[in-house]
Amino acid sequence: MTTEASRGAEAPPELVQLLTPEGERVEHPDYDIDLTPEDIRSLYRDLVLVRRIDLEAVALQRQGELGIWASLLGQEAAQIGSGRALTDVDMAFPTYREHGVAWCRDVDPVKLLGLFRGVNHGGWDPKEHNFHLYTIVIGSQTLHAVGYAMGIQRDDASAATIAYFGDGATSQGDVNESFIWASVFNAPIVFFCQNNQWAISEPLEKQSRIPLYRRASGFGFPGIRVDGNDVFACLAVTRKALEAARTGQGPTLIEAFTYRMGAHTTTDDPTRYRVASELEAWKLKDPIERVKAYLFKNEQADQAFFDAVDGEAAQLGADLRRRCLAMPDPEPLAIFDHVYSESHALMDQERAQFAAYLEGFAK
Amino acid sequence: MAQLTYREAVARGIAQEMNRDERVVLIGEDIAGAGGVFKTTVGLLEQFGPRRVLDTPISEQAILGAAMGAAMTGLRPIAEIMFSDFFAVCWDIVVNQMAKTRYMTNGQVSIPLVVKSGNGGGLRFGAQHSQSIENWAMAVPGLKVVTPSCPEDVVGLMAAAVRSDDPVLFFEHKGLYASRGEVPDGPIEDVLGKAKIRRSGEHATIAALGMMVPRAVEAAERLAAQGISCEVIDVRSLIPLDAQTILDSVGRTGRLFTVEENPRALGWGAEIASIVGDEGFWDLDGPIVRITTPHVPLPSADSLEDLVIPSVDRIVAEVEKAMQA
Repeated sequence: MTTEASRGAEAPPELVQLLTPEGERVEHPDYDIDLTPEDIRSLYRDLVLVRRIDLEAVALQRQGELGIWASLLGQEAAQIGSGRALTDVDMAFPTYREHGVAWCRDVDPVKLLGLFRGVNHGGWDPKEHNFHLYTIVIGSQTLHAVGYAMGIQRDDASAATIAYFGDGATSQGDVNESFIWASVFNAPIVFFCQNNQWAISEPLEKQSRIPLYRRASGFGFPGIRVDGNDVFACLAVTRKALEAARTGQGPTLIEAFTYRMGAHTTTDDPTRYRVASELEAWKLKDPIERVKAYLFKNEQADQAFFDAVDGEAAQLGADLRRRCLAMPDPEPLAIFDHVYSESHALMDQERAQFAAYLEGFAK
Repeated sequence: MAQLTYREAVARGIAQEMNRDERVVLIGEDIAGAGGVFKTTVGLLEQFGPRRVLDTPISEQAILGAAMGAAMTGLRPIAEIMFSDFFAVCWDIVVNQMAKTRYMTNGQVSIPLVVKSGNGGGLRFGAQHSQSIENWAMAVPGLKVVTPSCPEDVVGLMAAAVRSDDPVLFFEHKGLYASRGEVPDGPIEDVLGKAKIRRSGEHATIAALGMMVPRAVEAAERLAAQGISCEVIDVRSLIPLDAQTILDSVGRTGRLFTVEENPRALGWGAEIASIVGDEGFWDLDGPIVRITTPHVPLPSADSLEDLVIPSVDRIVAEVEKAMQA
C-alpha cells in the first residue's frame, strides 16, 4: 500500500465554507450565520486593520526597531472570525502569532510590539482582556487552557476557553495530552488549530498522515475543518463550538485550513523551501479580498467606505510606529521585580549589590 | 500529640489545608482511589470527594500545565509528580511557565500551587527513580523549594506551601516515608525560609537536608562520644534560603560541613559554602567540607547505593578527618 493510498483510504476532507474566494455566499446546513451588512463591514474593517498592524510590525523589524516579528499575513480571517466569536467572559490562550485575536480582545497593539521590541514581556493584564500572554514554547498553552477550562467548569460559569495552536504543535506531547484531558473531563474548551501548512520549513505531511481535524475522533470529541480564509465560516463554526462547550457538550477541535503567506518569523526566508506558485495559488483565496468582493457585489459598501477603512489603517500604522519608537527602556533594577510575591534575603542582597554597582557608574 | 509516619503526615497536611480552604484541590496519577503509590494521600478521596481529589491521565506535562491553568482561575492546586525524576518530562511547565508567569505579567497573574513529589534515594529504585533533584529547582528564579525531614515539618511546611502565592516544589523524601515522629494535635502552620537547629554543638556546624538530617544527627551523637560537639542545622527550605541561621552557627563553631544527597556539582551545599566563604570567612577556622554523593548516576545495587549516598559512617569519618587535620 502506498502512502497516497493509505491517506486516501478515508473519505476526503470536508471543508465548511460560507463565502467562496470569489465572494459568493454559500449555504451550509449545520453552520449558517445571520450577518447584517453592518456586521460584515465591521468584520472587513478588523481584517484590514490587523493586516496593517502586521505590515507595520514587519517594517519596524526590518528597520531594526523590533527584535523579531511573527507575521499573521494570510491568517486574518481565522483569527478575526474566531476572535469575534468569543464573549467577554470566554478566555483565550494564544500562541505568539495571534495578533488578530489580541485585536478582538482589545489588547493595545503597541503592547504586542513591546514584547517583540524586548522592553516588556507582553505587559497586558490577561485577566482584564481574558487573553493570556503569548506562549512562545510550542503547545504549552493548550494545557493551561484545559486547566483553566476545568476551573471555570467548577464555577458552573457560562463561559468557555479557546486554545490557539498551529499544525506543527499537533506533534507536541502537550497538545495530545490536552486533548486527552479535555475529553476525559468534558472540559469547556475549543481547540482552534490554524493549519497554515508550514511549521517553519516543514510541510504538513511531516506532522500528520491524516487531516488534522480527524484526529479528534480518536480522542472522543468532534473535529471540523473550516475554510480558514473565510471569516464568515470561522465565526460560525467557532461560535457553535463555544456554545457547545458552554452547555456541557465538551471540547471541539477546529482545524482552520489557511496559509502562512509570509515567513515563519522575520528570521526566516520561505523562498528557500517552498515554491512561488504555491503562494500565488493561495493569494487567489485571500481572506480580505473575498469579503470586499461580497460587499461590492451586494452593494453593502461603497468606495467611500473602503477608502475610509484604508485611511483608518494608515493612521493606525503611523500611530503604532510613533508609539513603538517612544517606548522607554525598562529600569535596570526592575529585573528584581515580581520574581517572588515577597522579597527574601538573597533577592534583597542582590538588588542592593546591583544598585550600588549601578550607582558607581553615576559617579 | 500523635505518632505519625512521614507519609501519614503528608496526607494530614493536605487534609488540613483542604479543610481550611475549599480552593485547594489535589491532582495527580493514582492519588485518589489508590491513595498514592507511596500512600501519601490515603483517605483524601473519601474525605473530600472526586471533585477535589482527581486521578488524571498519565501525562506529567498536563498535570502541571493544567494545575497552572487551574491556579489562574483562583484554585490553589496541589499537584503530584510521582517520582521527582519525572520532572524531567515536564520541566518546561515548571521552568518556563509557572516560575515566570508572575514576573512576565508584571505581577498580575499569581500561580499559587504546590507540586509535591517523592524525591531522593535509598530505596533501590535505580538511576531514573532515585535522584535528588532539588538543586535543579533551586537554580530557577521564581520557584520556592522545600524539603521537610520529619513528620511535624511535613504538615507545617505543606501548610506554608499551600498558602504561598508562589509556586512551591515540595520534595518529600522517599527514604523517610516510613519514619515516625511526634506531631502536635490541631492545625500546624510553619514558615518557608527558616532553618532549624536540630542539635546544638560548639565545635562544628553540619548543615543537612531531607534524609541527610537524621543521618547527620546520628553522626553528631557518635562524634560527641569522641569529644567533637556538632551543631546540626536542618536547612528545610532552599528558596527562600535561611543563610543567617547557618552563618550565626558558624560564628559560634568556626567550622562548616554540608551533607548533601545530590551529586556534588552545584549541589545546594556549594551555594551555602559560597555564602559562608563570602560573609563568614573570618569566622572559619578551617576549610568548608562538603559531604555529597559523587558525580555519578545512582546505582540500584544495594551495596553501591549505600556506598554513594552519604552514610552516618561517612559523615563521622569526614568530620573526624577534617577536625583532626
